Amino acid sequence: MFTKRVKSRIFFLSFSILIGILIIFFTLKSLEDNVVYFLSPTEIHNKSDISFNNKIRVGGLVKMGSIIREENVINFIITDLKNEIAVSYNGLVPNLFSEGKGVVAEGKLNDKKYFIAEKILAKHDENYMPPEVSKVLEKSN
Amino acid sequence: MLKNFFPNKILSISNKFINSLIVLMIFIILLGLAYSLFISPEDYVQGDSVRIMYVHVPSSFIALGIFACIGTGSIFNLVFRIKFMPLIVKSLAPIGTIFTLISIVTGSLWGKPTWGIWWVWDARLTSMLILLLFYFAYILTWKFIKNFEKANKISSIVGIVGLINLPVIKYSVDWWSTLHQPSSITLTSAPTIHHTMLVPLIIMLAGMIAYSLIVFLMKYKTELIKFKLNKNKNNR
Repeated sequence: MFTKRVKSRIFFLSFSILIGILIIFFTLKSLEDNVVYFLSPTEIHNKSDISFNNKIRVGGLVKMGSIIREENVINFIITDLKNEIAVSYNGLVPNLFSEGKGVVAEGKLNDKKYFIAEKILAKHDENYMPPEVSKVLEKSN
Repeated sequence: MLKNFFPNKILSISNKFINSLIVLMIFIILLGLAYSLFISPEDYVQGDSVRIMYVHVPSSFIALGIFACIGTGSIFNLVFRIKFMPLIVKSLAPIGTIFTLISIVTGSLWGKPTWGIWWVWDARLTSMLILLLFYFAYILTWKFIKNFEKANKISSIVGIVGLINLPVIKYSVDWWSTLHQPSSITLTSAPTIHHTMLVPLIIMLAGMIAYSLIVFLMKYKTELIKFKLNKNKNNR
């Protein structure tokens, strides 16, 4: 079955696939900044070439006890448990937006500590369970 | 003789059992729907909108799985030139495309009430869209190239190049920050889905796999008949 012809085809195919993988890898690596959907507060803290004029997205958890609603404006803090950033937003938030849960805010950075959001998206994690089970887990924690 | 054995065997088994398979599939899907829509609980975060998961997740698995089969079959086509492979791989494409579409549409319907948006260009969603384009490219090469051998070669290349997209789709949620959540079911760790929700998920997956098998067999029968008719026409 492994004739010389088949072997040469295998070699050619493997070589092409390898080249293809390398092309995809380098393309994705060079587009890294655009492939990530959001930056964490730590990444914003560390990033040296951050722009204060372009639209960016910050993602993380809503810090417990940080949501303050006054009139139409909602202020809260996004944390990744290492760094934080304060966010200010005017408008409606999704149903799943709540303290301790994931969030992605899209907007402009005022400075490295303060973000003005134009859009708020709720991000949920990969855990799925009935409400009774989550209450039991909360109690045991 | 031997080259006709495999496809003929598939057809004869298919003819005998396809009706029972259809009945079985309907039963599994009905059971799965009963579980998904009524018996399983709501989610502690998402409430009842989690029930879209029971259609979205299995169709995503199947969309990827079928393209993996198409890619692997395409490798066999190009490298080993196994005679019965082209029609089998060709017959997988339509149902794979349908499930990719179902995955994207149900995902979008799920995203609006949970994330707050119908679509984002994050790595997971964008790579799934690319998978859909690969499926379209695969089907269109067979449609537009009249010469069978040429169509086989080019569509095989499309299938093999598309294989590279599959690990990107699977690991997109791990490699980059995405809006789409990480995998709940992995090979290396315990599932993060409660068993009351995992059961309907598996039932729906089984039902959809049965459905894919039925559609594949029906398409394969058509392709084989078309192929034999063409061969007779050319030999005359």
